[in-house]
Amino acid sequence: MTENRNEGGKMGKILMKGNEAIGEAAVRAGCLSYFAYPITPQSEVSEYLARRMPEVGGVFLQGESEVAVSYMIFGAVGCGARAFTTSSSPGISLMSEGISYIAGAELPAVFINIQRGGPGLGGILPSQGDYFQSTKGGGHGDYHLMVMAPAGVQEAVEMVMMAFPLAEKYRNPVMILGDGLIGQMMEPITFPDHLRTEPPNKDEWASNGMDTRKSSKPNLVKSLFLDPKELNAHNLLLKAKYERMKKEDVRYEPYNIDSDYQILIVSYGTMSRVCKTAIDNMKEDGMEVGMIRPQTLFPFPEAAIHDAASKAGCRVVVSIEMSVGQMVEDVERCVRGKCPVEWYGKCGGEVPTPEEIAGAVRSLLEKNAGSFGAKY
Amino acid sequence: MDCMTYKFSIDVDRCKGCGLCVSVCPKKVLEISDKVNKKGYFPVRQAHPEDCNFCGACYLMCPDVAISITETAEDDREQE
Amino acid sequence: MGRIFRKPEVMTDEPTHYCPGCTHGLIHRLVAEVIDELGIRGRTVGIAPVGCAVFIYNYISVDFQESAHGRAPAMATGIKRVRPDLIVFTYQGDGDLASIGIAEIIHAANRGEKFTTIFVNNAVYGMTGGQMAPTTMPGQRTTTSPFGRKVEEVGMPIKIAELLSTIETPGYITRQTVIKPKYIVQAKKAIKKAFKYQMEGRCFSLVEVVSICPTNWGLTPVEAVKWAEETMLSYYKLGDCKTPDSHKGV
Repeated sequence: MTENRNEGGKMGKILMKGNEAIGEAAVRAGCLSYFAYPITPQSEVSEYLARRMPEVGGVFLQGESEVAVSYMIFGAVGCGARAFTTSSSPGISLMSEGISYIAGAELPAVFINIQRGGPGLGGILPSQGDYFQSTKGGGHGDYHLMVMAPAGVQEAVEMVMMAFPLAEKYRNPVMILGDGLIGQMMEPITFPDHLRTEPPNKDEWASNGMDTRKSSKPNLVKSLFLDPKELNAHNLLLKAKYERMKKEDVRYEPYNIDSDYQILIVSYGTMSRVCKTAIDNMKEDGMEVGMIRPQTLFPFPEAAIHDAASKAGCRVVVSIEMSVGQMVEDVERCVRGKCPVEWYGKCGGEVPTPEEIAGAVRSLLEKNAGSFGAKY
Repeated sequence: MDCMTYKFSIDVDRCKGCGLCVSVCPKKVLEISDKVNKKGYFPVRQAHPEDCNFCGACYLMCPDVAISITETAEDDREQE
Repeated sequence: MGRIFRKPEVMTDEPTHYCPGCTHGLIHRLVAEVIDELGIRGRTVGIAPVGCAVFIYNYISVDFQESAHGRAPAMATGIKRVRPDLIVFTYQGDGDLASIGIAEIIHAANRGEKFTTIFVNNAVYGMTGGQMAPTTMPGQRTTTSPFGRKVEEVGMPIKIAELLSTIETPGYITRQTVIKPKYIVQAKKAIKKAFKYQMEGRCFSLVEVVSICPTNWGLTPVEAVKWAEETMLSYYKLGDCKTPDSHKGV
């Protein structure tokens, strides 16, 4: 059994590369097993943990493929250990089957996607093209991942540390949807305090050996329910979890929505930081723009977006993404016709600048100004 | 210690009538019976129990653990 | 003193769903006997495959995890790495191990992961209705080789035990069969040896078990035994291909 030899307490601010900070955050969250496969732009997580895990008595293993890695995670969490992996878009596709199995078997696990351009081999620069894959399933069957989207390295660290208890609360895999910018950039961060090492109720469900539980009754970790009534009941049980997530664990950040904005931006991750700069710049020019930044993409901040879009004076909502428009469909669904919903973005690794965003915002407002005409 | 006697028994409803035990019995004790069991299989029976030397080849071969060979003294004690 | 031949303690009372003459039940019994005799029930975790033996957890009463097709060695790796004290075994068929899962078993063996694999080789995909397997014999008819396996089109059957024995990392790789009592006795010894190596923390172990599938071969169980003995055993040779003290296969 590995020993938790994490150093305690805060270290103060430290400048760290995103990928490495993510690895360190997991260690401090009491996650002492990491299985992964190299893929750009996140291989530094493996390289960091290859040295760090042995220091804390943890497990590090580079598997032979992402497919194998997803099942190493399955085995480890199935016997009650905290485990996580990191990968990037094509690798996450390979893990999708394993993720579906883990969700079906009701196990806690954490997957981190440092997104890159796609589809196919795509590119190695950041993108937000895996929104559908993360929030709408990715793997087969009626399940959801809880999806959290950090906008910077500090938030990534905090989300990694939150992800394990959340995964265990719901007995469901949690995904952190980052991107190559978060993985590669260096920012000053402070680590929160350490967390406990093991899932609190694992003896109820883990196949960790009857002697470990001092029980004579075996546990079975499975996702097969051949009887249709049983499988229906199982799916409804999973659905109830997702409903509970929607009630209890939606997270979002409102930005400048107390102002009298006429256009509302919805944006997440690093894209939202560029949007914030654009909003600040436009404010200096006398134009108010509001933003809702989802921090959980599942559950999606439906009510917050609907309310912000319903505010008197709001003429248009624009989803700004590093994709050709994936989150925009969810935004449309939440806005429910209160006003037009548009999309703006770039992909392939291109990142819109604050000036480009301001230009897009102005022209979309003009397009949707209606009988009043464009004020700006 | 007295000479131990052994008892052959077959759980008729576990047997699927595969015939593998019949084919391996060195003493040709076993045969497929003509009385169908609850599952619709024709299970095995001892046609010549007097020839059985309790070698256990039938137990070894049976994929359904339908056959057991036990010491009768143990079984008698269990029945008390 | 004691029972001579009866159901092992760790086997449940549930009658199996396997076909008449299917040797899965027999192999399950051997694994159960070994677990009983070694006294390891409380720390054993089995990994169920996708295949006819998917319900193995209904018959052997230890902790189990149900794997995706072919991924059991990766799952076993995850478990052994975080809980090296647990005794972990995978139980896999031809499709699971020799087809979709071949990368996983090779790499687990190469890393020397200290779990035990029971590989049931019956030259066909049983559960899905009798399709051709990587282990199907030349000329053997299956639902996806209705004219017999054509070697010039799909190659020769894969010899898993020999393949894994080329790996330099020490391991215990053996091929056994359960088609007759004399072989069953040897097979059980090999399975016990494999579990003992694991208990010592010594090496990876794999016991390939040449088995019959009467239903999908279209033969009675007794005919199937005969075919296996004549056709399979002359190709899939029995014996230890590698032990932890030797580095290469025979």
